[in-house]
Amino acid sequence: MNKFLNSKLFDKDVERVPTRNGYGEALVELGETNKNVVVLTGDLKESTRAEEFAKKFPERFIECGVAEQNMTGIAAGLAAAGKIPFISSYAVFSPGRSWDQCRVSVCYSNLNVKIAGAHTGVSVGPDGATHQALEDIAITRVLPNMTVIVPCDVYEAKKATRAIAGILGPCYFRFAREKTSVITDRDTRFEIGKAEIFAEYGTDAAIVACGPLVYQSLVAAKELNEEGIKVSVVNNHTIKPMDIATVMRVARNCGAVVTVEEHQVMGGMGSAVAEVLAANYPVPIEFIGMQDTFGESGQPEELLEKYGMSVVKIKEAVKKVILRKKFA
Amino acid sequence: MLSDEQIKNLESRANEIRQDIIKMLLEAGSGHSAGPLGMADVFTALYFGGVLNYDPKDPWKADRDRVILSNGHICPVWYATLAHAGFFPHDKLLTLRKLGSGLQGHPHYRELPGVENTGGPLGQGLSQAIGHALAARIDGQNWHTFCMMSDGELDEGQTWEAIMLAGKNNLHNLTAIVDRNNIQIDGFTEDIMPLENLVDKWTAFNWSVIEINGHNIAEIIAAVEKAKTIFENPTVIIAHTIPGKGVGFMENKFEWHGKPPTAEEAKIALHELRTLGGKIRSEHE
Repeated sequence: MNKFLNSKLFDKDVERVPTRNGYGEALVELGETNKNVVVLTGDLKESTRAEEFAKKFPERFIECGVAEQNMTGIAAGLAAAGKIPFISSYAVFSPGRSWDQCRVSVCYSNLNVKIAGAHTGVSVGPDGATHQALEDIAITRVLPNMTVIVPCDVYEAKKATRAIAGILGPCYFRFAREKTSVITDRDTRFEIGKAEIFAEYGTDAAIVACGPLVYQSLVAAKELNEEGIKVSVVNNHTIKPMDIATVMRVARNCGAVVTVEEHQVMGGMGSAVAEVLAANYPVPIEFIGMQDTFGESGQPEELLEKYGMSVVKIKEAVKKVILRKKFA
Repeated sequence: MLSDEQIKNLESRANEIRQDIIKMLLEAGSGHSAGPLGMADVFTALYFGGVLNYDPKDPWKADRDRVILSNGHICPVWYATLAHAGFFPHDKLLTLRKLGSGLQGHPHYRELPGVENTGGPLGQGLSQAIGHALAARIDGQNWHTFCMMSDGELDEGQTWEAIMLAGKNNLHNLTAIVDRNNIQIDGFTEDIMPLENLVDKWTAFNWSVIEINGHNIAEIIAAVEKAKTIFENPTVIIAHTIPGKGVGFMENKFEWHGKPPTAEEAKIALHELRTLGGKIRSEHE
């Protein structure tokens, strides 16, 4: 295990905090240290955690109403004029509803716009399929110039938000709605474009995960270790530009990969890993994620189980991919 | 106030820009004719009427006024005007739509000096212009943002989201100029999607509205000057224009929205522009 992770990670009462809280805290910090940081929202400042920034820096907070296309275009204009705009909304609306504006006004001009997508994955829960963003990684990573980041917990969300303000160019990053397990610590390293090996029990297979499901992946790895199956777990938080060196290294060392994400398997992080490995070092891959279907209302844990993103399913996928490796 | 002679000079400048547009479209073999010709007087008045703060030698100077072109397809008139204003060499105009040229088929942000935004897919420009205007307000800067728009793109919902926000924030440092030429690619605006009453609509969204003849240089300049003095809210100048203006067989025909002239048609068009519709003899005759 990476010694910089939360020491109470496997405790029954592991601390659970929504990742979006880290975003909100970082925004306030950035507001104080960088006068060019501007925050926009489409009637969602409270639940996207932009409210504290709005209270402290009202002159740099822009309430756009329920109008994500206009909001994205305004952010492009602000960036062209030298500002660092953060767009705070739900991912199903932004970039979901504002994709053309992301493409034309933001990415084609390579403008310094930061798009924070809250409420992603089936774990959004009771609100149902309409509000569960499961396509956002696919539609953003396909855009040239866009950086795409999926923080795994509240600390990483905070570090990612700070780091994103420090790079030039468009960036999309996503958050979960529910409280999720705190995996990292204040001191865990985070660098955009640098995947981190969070567990290294052995080289039977590698689990490459992103977002809060990194927790389920680590639990699966620990339980597999107790069964005599030794895997490594990679926190692949930067989907684009991907850390090709690290992904290739674990593929070469392990010879089999399971990707884990709370997103459609088509076009998501796993697809991005498959693109890298198919071109450089092909190994058997199993994909954990949404299998070309919409979600529904329910409790987050129930939904993760029903749609195949539980610890049990990750373990099954590891066993299957190891079999495939043996008979390849 | 400009003298009669100065106005006459601007009118002949607009005529030269129209000729450039015809030559560019002929050379490119594709592109839009009606809109660029119709807006030649507005672009000329804006860039040569003494109302816009710019420096072609320092195209991105911090205190420049911003010009955003929302309906990017009329870019030939923008490119030709910028070349006339000295932003880049005039001979570049004939590279329109060619491989490796900065004169992209639809404008690309900073691909050319003076090209302030990416535009093409309709309805995106006013939002970008609002971003600039908000940035100026946050920084306490006095520069003004102009957004050139078409009437057809008022079909886009995003435009009305933007109009609503600019009205809410009383963005007096923002002026929209709508090319009210009554055509879009498939027909007349009022047949495709009725827009009237435009004055009442913009007024209802807390904008000051000025209606002008978009071919009267003095009227255009006066409207821009007035817009800059309105501090209560943003201003929209509704410029009534004739699509294809200056080329008789193109005027008021929506069929000329999205196509270039053939060699024969270009010859007729250039002759008409050079002779001011037969009023004078052309040196080319």
